[in-house]
Amino acid sequence: MSTPPNTPLPEEHPIAPYLRMDRMPHIWCPTCGIGTVVKCFATALEETQLDLDKVTIVSGIGCTGRVAGYMNLDAFHTTHGRAIPFATGIKLGRPELEVVVFSGDGDLTGIGGNHFIHAARRNMDLLVILVNNFIYGMTGGQNAPTTPTTARSSTMPFGNFERPFNLPHLAASCGATFVSRWTCLHIRRLTKCIRTALGRKGFRFIEVIAPCSTLYSRLNRLGSGLDLIKFYHDNSEIRHGADTRELEIGYQDSFVCGNFVDEERPTFLDLMNAHYEEVLGDRYVRMPPEGGWIHE
Amino acid sequence: MKADPAGVLTGVHYLDGDFACGEGAMAAGCRFVAGYPITPSTEVVERISRRFPMMGGTFIQMEDELASMAAVTGGVWTGTKCMTVTSGPGFSLMMENIGLAAMMETPCVVVNVQRGGPSTGLPTMVGQGDMMQARWGSHGDYELIALSPQSPQEAFDLTIVAFNLAEVWRVPVMFMMDECVGHMTEKVVIPPSDEIDIVPRVLSDKAPGDYLPYEVNGRPVPEFVRVGDGYRFHTTGLTHDERGYPVMSVECQEDSVHRIINKIRLNANDIVRYDEENVDGADVVVVAYGITARVTRMAIDMARTEGVKVGFLRLIVVWPFPEDRIREIASSTKAFVVPEINYGQMVLEVERCAAGKAPAILVPHGGGGVHDPAVICQAIVEAAK
Amino acid sequence: MSERTEIRITGFGGQGVVLAGHIIGHACAVNAGKHATMIQSFGPEARGSACSTTLAVSDTEVLYPYIGRPDIFVVMSAEGYEKYRDELIDDGILVYEKDLVPFKAKEGQKAYGVSSTRIAEEIGRAIVQNIVMLGFFTAATEIVPLKAMREGVAESVPAGTEELNLRAFDAGFEAFQESYGSGAEKKIEVAPVGN
Repeated sequence: MSTPPNTPLPEEHPIAPYLRMDRMPHIWCPTCGIGTVVKCFATALEETQLDLDKVTIVSGIGCTGRVAGYMNLDAFHTTHGRAIPFATGIKLGRPELEVVVFSGDGDLTGIGGNHFIHAARRNMDLLVILVNNFIYGMTGGQNAPTTPTTARSSTMPFGNFERPFNLPHLAASCGATFVSRWTCLHIRRLTKCIRTALGRKGFRFIEVIAPCSTLYSRLNRLGSGLDLIKFYHDNSEIRHGADTRELEIGYQDSFVCGNFVDEERPTFLDLMNAHYEEVLGDRYVRMPPEGGWIHE
Repeated sequence: MKADPAGVLTGVHYLDGDFACGEGAMAAGCRFVAGYPITPSTEVVERISRRFPMMGGTFIQMEDELASMAAVTGGVWTGTKCMTVTSGPGFSLMMENIGLAAMMETPCVVVNVQRGGPSTGLPTMVGQGDMMQARWGSHGDYELIALSPQSPQEAFDLTIVAFNLAEVWRVPVMFMMDECVGHMTEKVVIPPSDEIDIVPRVLSDKAPGDYLPYEVNGRPVPEFVRVGDGYRFHTTGLTHDERGYPVMSVECQEDSVHRIINKIRLNANDIVRYDEENVDGADVVVVAYGITARVTRMAIDMARTEGVKVGFLRLIVVWPFPEDRIREIASSTKAFVVPEINYGQMVLEVERCAAGKAPAILVPHGGGGVHDPAVICQAIVEAAK
Repeated sequence: MSERTEIRITGFGGQGVVLAGHIIGHACAVNAGKHATMIQSFGPEARGSACSTTLAVSDTEVLYPYIGRPDIFVVMSAEGYEKYRDELIDDGILVYEKDLVPFKAKEGQKAYGVSSTRIAEEIGRAIVQNIVMLGFFTAATEIVPLKAMREGVAESVPAGTEELNLRAFDAGFEAFQESYGSGAEKKIEVAPVGN
């Protein structure tokens, strides 16, 4: 984020305690949307008053994959597509932790698509925040599983002829218990949504539409990143509880935002514990909330 | 410390190698296993999934081996000892996150019950063709540890050793069983828990503000903490500094990658493990591992009746390789004979270490069975001439 | 070279072929102080098709895990008999399910048949057919002492079924004695396999 010249910087940014300030400046381009999503996440953490020592963040690879590296939490920057299974290992190894996966569309639903659908199916207790910029940004604007049909990417220079994922529908149909979509300019709504999701259990999925100012915007001649942020915001219609089948995103078309699914279902660990308690009775020994660490 | 009795099935059992390996993991304190079913390794996780609920362990069958290895790498950071289990095709998929585990210095155990390959190969039949993959399979430079058991009893004993070595050196340890040992049922003695030594996860006693995840201060490995204990640490598969922060520089690459290599290379003599028999003064020294080591002992007996002075070196830890010992032997023996169920893998290491002082003669077997001892014997007799 | 006895057990899937092999191995290795290595034949076979397991039993460590021509062949199905009958060594011992295996005598081989399925049904549970066969096998081959085999059965079958299985085992053992006499007069010599 650039600062106009001669404007004095505040002593400390309000979300600084949630960030690794020793890693600033970050790597994101000017007018990239990821930063505002991080701000919303940090604000939501502050509002929930969670014990941050018990919140863990896991990212994969890509522009959004760098988020874990900037958060002042126990943080894991893992391999491409594997943030969800890596996070699954943390959750099952120490069940008391709140585990957040923060990554991009290509990472989580391209190379990591299989993990995404299975974690949703199992209702693994993870909050997944996915920033969707419709393109592979870090590697130079290649086609993503989310690139709208007809949009240009560096590997679809004549326009994309594939059909993209409708991510809220994918998540909901696989069993996610909390499904939302916002844009990165819905600051208050997105913050509230993350705060709500942090208070829920199970596989919680929030898609955040954000501009890739450097690649997607340039390849498609869509103006500056700011123009694109504003376009997304102004062309999104808020429809809570919408049928997720109707959430496809066409190229530079209007689309639906809102909270679509918010239901309570037992998580993987709830089901496992209840099942073994029923079947095995007193013989079942539950892993302690603080994990299976064996020590003297 | 001594093993947690909850995981130790003390007694005299008749178990196959897969079951014994599972028992070894539970005795070693493993309490999280993520895996994907693949013949001939599946019995390991079947055993564990049946016994884990009674000892506070969690098993999850993941969607594939990419996910299994990722979940294990994540799980380790909670302080829980973790393992995954697979065979050749799955081992190939695990390579991605085995590299991550090496880079993050994540101690865990990866069991590979080797079958005939390449590709789908011989799912139900023996092979030893993944030995080099265990060492070199993930991209980039790193070092790790690998072991090879020759019996169900060793599948139990050495799985515990594998977990202990992983903790000491903070590396993923490859447990390179073969299908024959995995599917072979024999007597397995499981001692009382107070006779089993395990290396617990040792955590740093530094305060969160003073702790850096990759600071070593001259030690071979950094101090560990657990996720969720307030350290707010960061780790990454990118080249990183002591803080665990990515640093894209020649200097940081040299510092960090060279250290994870040297922690094994410079300490190899503390890690290597082998059995030796009549090596000094032998005309021919046979080097073997896994099931092939047992068949080889028959061949050696046969060759001795023909008057050949044969020595035997059985690899137990296969990686790091006992370079110094092989070098030493090379200057006193006429030749090495290396039978293995592949077309030449560990023989390349023997040849490298022998450095032209003594030839290393491969006795290959394509897989699906074990060597005819007479064939190995013939190679020994020829080599002695 | 130590004395080594090789055994093949075969039948159709569901008959408990592998458990039978497991119990013999367990009895030899855990209860009788011998070395016993069991190998199952793994294949894509479904229930009902051919199933086989082999054992190498020795006073010293079993170095070579697979068998060549078995000294003892226990067979519980016609299909298994057809597939493996020629493997049995010339002076080997054949133990077979009398009502399922179309036995043809071969000179030099000792052959002992038992209606193990019928006996199991008389006990009340056809499923213990393999254990009846084990009792019969124990009397016929004397490869492992009766006590060790009975312990092996009790330690290997599911908890709560020990009594039923031991009854089946004893019925098989007695069936041999009724048909072929006991002990000394049929004492067998197991030929060592050169290896």
